[in-house]
Amino acid sequence: MTAHPSPHHSSHQGTTGALPGKYLTFTLSKESYGIPVLKVREIIRLCPITPVANMPEHVKGVINLRGKVIPLVDLRSKFCLPISADTERNCIVVTQIAAAGGGTRLYGVIVDGVEEVANFTAADIEPTPDFGGAIDSMFITGMAKAGSGVKTLIDLDKISAFDGTIAIQALGLPSASHAS
Amino acid sequence: MSTERFEIIGKAKKVIQQIGLELAFVDSVNENGIDGINDLVRQLEAILGGEEPEQIRAGMDAVRQWIDERVAIDNKLSSVCITRLGDWQPWIDAAVMSWEYQLSYPTFPEGWKTPEGPPPAPVGNGAAAVAPGGQSSQAGPVPRPAARTVELLPEQTVDIVPPDSDPEMLQLFCAEAQDLLQDIEQGVLVLEVNPTDSSSLDSLFRAFHTFKGNVGVMKLLVLQRLSHELESMLDAARRGKYQLGSDSITVILAGSDILKRFVTELSNQIAGVDAGRTIDLPIPQLIHDVHSLLAGGSSAPAGAPPAAVTPAPAAPHAPAAPHAPVAPPAAPSPVAVAAAVEADFAAIFEAPAPSRGAEPARSEPALAAPAAVVAAPVAKKQATNQQSSAPAVGSGIVRVDTVKLDGLIDLVGELVIAQSMVVQNPELKAITSAHLSRCLGQLRGITSDLQRTAMSLRMVPIRNTFQKMSRLVRDLALQQGKEIALSLEGEDTELDRNIVEELSDPLVHMIRNSADHGIEMPEARVAAGKPPAGTITLRAFHQGGFIVIQIEDDGRGLNAAKIRKKAIERGIIKADENLDEREIFDLIFAAGFSTAEKVTDLSGRGVGMDVVRRNIEKMRGKIEISSIEGHGTTFTLYVPLTLAIIEGLLVGIGEERYVIPTLSVRESFRPLPGMVTQVQGRGEVVSVRGRLTPILRLGRHLNTPHTALDPTQGIIVVVEAGQDSRCLLVDQLIGKQEVVIKSLGEMFRHQTEFAGAAILGDGRVGLILDINALVKLKSRNGEAA
Repeated sequence: MTAHPSPHHSSHQGTTGALPGKYLTFTLSKESYGIPVLKVREIIRLCPITPVANMPEHVKGVINLRGKVIPLVDLRSKFCLPISADTERNCIVVTQIAAAGGGTRLYGVIVDGVEEVANFTAADIEPTPDFGGAIDSMFITGMAKAGSGVKTLIDLDKISAFDGTIAIQALGLPSASHAS
Repeated sequence: MSTERFEIIGKAKKVIQQIGLELAFVDSVNENGIDGINDLVRQLEAILGGEEPEQIRAGMDAVRQWIDERVAIDNKLSSVCITRLGDWQPWIDAAVMSWEYQLSYPTFPEGWKTPEGPPPAPVGNGAAAVAPGGQSSQAGPVPRPAARTVELLPEQTVDIVPPDSDPEMLQLFCAEAQDLLQDIEQGVLVLEVNPTDSSSLDSLFRAFHTFKGNVGVMKLLVLQRLSHELESMLDAARRGKYQLGSDSITVILAGSDILKRFVTELSNQIAGVDAGRTIDLPIPQLIHDVHSLLAGGSSAPAGAPPAAVTPAPAAPHAPAAPHAPVAPPAAPSPVAVAAAVEADFAAIFEAPAPSRGAEPARSEPALAAPAAVVAAPVAKKQATNQQSSAPAVGSGIVRVDTVKLDGLIDLVGELVIAQSMVVQNPELKAITSAHLSRCLGQLRGITSDLQRTAMSLRMVPIRNTFQKMSRLVRDLALQQGKEIALSLEGEDTELDRNIVEELSDPLVHMIRNSADHGIEMPEARVAAGKPPAGTITLRAFHQGGFIVIQIEDDGRGLNAAKIRKKAIERGIIKADENLDEREIFDLIFAAGFSTAEKVTDLSGRGVGMDVVRRNIEKMRGKIEISSIEGHGTTFTLYVPLTLAIIEGLLVGIGEERYVIPTLSVRESFRPLPGMVTQVQGRGEVVSVRGRLTPILRLGRHLNTPHTALDPTQGIIVVVEAGQDSRCLLVDQLIGKQEVVIKSLGEMFRHQTEFAGAAILGDGRVGLILDINALVKLKSRNGEAA
């Protein structure tokens, strides 16, 4: 749990929170994203989703992962990306993230397609550029150069922790979140 | 003003409990510990601050007087003072409770006003020992000499946790010891009713024997000595050489209390709580009591002149001989009995039935007991070790970590679902092979067997919880001077271990309630034409997938008018509110009806009935009251068999399916046109058996596409929580299903619609509706409509 590169201490402006290591890269819409491979528990096909009422748009609901009920989010709607119709390549990345009370919990993420497991060295990773106050940048730990493209490295712990509070913060974003 | 009063009462109760604890730790031999008690009494005085009614003040004045007197003399507690405090503590506790509930106060014992000088008249027959807590009546004129005799037994300070012991072994020991002590307590209570019940005597004897063996293995010598003494007494009784009386029962109970306290302390210290703390246990006193009882007297022989109880070894029992409660047929002289017991000590391990003929020879040193007693355990340790390990290990029970057990049950649940997914698989179904279908059939059979077995692993009979109550009732009855019999029915009913644990506190409170407020004093009962002894019946049985637990008393019943009045006083209902009897009874569960804090203490005091109801509802149960004034009250608890599984009503809304816990469902029907009424600005109501009940359109509420746009196209499910009910409009009923409850997890912790999730037969997740929240929901739906 604690052995993997953990980008917690990140997000000070201008520094990169992402540690070098292996990342699973996947596509959302037409862009590439990466998460530390040690956070990934497994990748499964799309399965029937049970929606949970009165939750934010991007929280799709819950799924049954071999008897465990796990939440499922759609990062495309979280990041305001266009959502295309489901294809064969769509899948769910089941990740293991830090739970509030310690330990880990499972968290499913819908992605458009899984690319590869890539090894990024410290030289490949650059700090998050200043996008000018775009809200999403708080979930980004760095940008990794890979071949001709750039992969955005994201911090799922932060996204999920933020989701947990979202239901009670229906009115606007808390100022604390902007501070990063 | 009144809230202030409740605050005072709440705080006072806590301090009184602390005093009770402090008293339990007062060393009756060395008589130290006055400072702690003085301190607590001072705290209590400060809390009451002159606000208390005069009855309580009289009690406070009395205790102040006693303590000041002792402080002035030698700053030590005297045994008279300890006894008085022991009586005073339950008295003041009862008085404070009377203050709280506005009941009549317990009578103030006149003797309390006199200074200690001339000791008060002995209580009863000057009965037995100093129970921990000093609650029994070791009054009487002789405590000092008695104490001197006891001092012959060497005082020892021993480590609670024996040096170089294996913590894991100790843990196992503690767990087993607690079970044994539970059995012991139960056996003793049976004996109290029927002192000659040979099977209880035997099992009690065996329990002590096993316990002694275990403590021997653990090298807990102090306990070994005590358990040995008690075992000897039982052995004598078992062989018809000694007649158990109420004194001996009290001594045995006091002894098992000491053992229990030691074991509790030990298990705490293993767990690292207060490691190294020492506690004082009146073991020497108790051993002395056992000896004097066996010698044919009571521990504080009321009639015997103090001079008779001297340190001289053989003397004490002689004057007491005329009282000797020895069974006539065996009837050896009291000395011989004692001797036989002593001899048993030596013989017990070697020969189950040693010949008695030779024993009188040993009678002389017999009552020089102290020395022998101390020496013997050491000498016999070897034997104990060999003998005892057999019963300890041979019981065929494996203790398993409950986390592992839960994991196993979870996995089995998943297996069952996976199995049904395989069997239902359409592609597999298309294959027509006799062999395959046989295999699948076998798979199904094994899985369901496995599931049944796995579920039964968690199930324990409710017996233990019930039995704890018999001790409670006994203590309550003694404390309040009432006669109460507890009758238990259906103790073998099995339910989930977690539920059994959760039930314990509510049951304690309700039993207390019945004993305190239900059962009347014997005189009042006789006046009402009832037998002087009240009966509380505790029964458990299965009913329609639930366990029903009833607490029934034949006391004075609930007084609807009084409850109503109190509820109005407390502002729970309005003065003009129109309630039927059931609704009035339900008021006693309302928060604020009784003022009490959280469940914190050992005895279960201070739990309001609202907490009881909350606890029961937390485990998805419900509670009902019925009462006939003058004839008694019955509390009925409905609890699920297990916390892990509920029976749910599966309802469909559009494509989605939701689970409603069956316990909350009162009925369901398809409304006819005209049954549903629009109330301007308040939404829709439907008349269900003469009551207008608001409708909640679930589909709209949950933002789910739904087909029943009009109530008459859907089904109305009437659900209830507490006293409220609401009609849920759903598209269709799908069926009833048992589901394993899963938590929705952290992400959904702020939503209020769902109590959890369950995996349905086809592998999809179904959400379980939180009926409590839905029923209490403000009629938002109505405003939108």
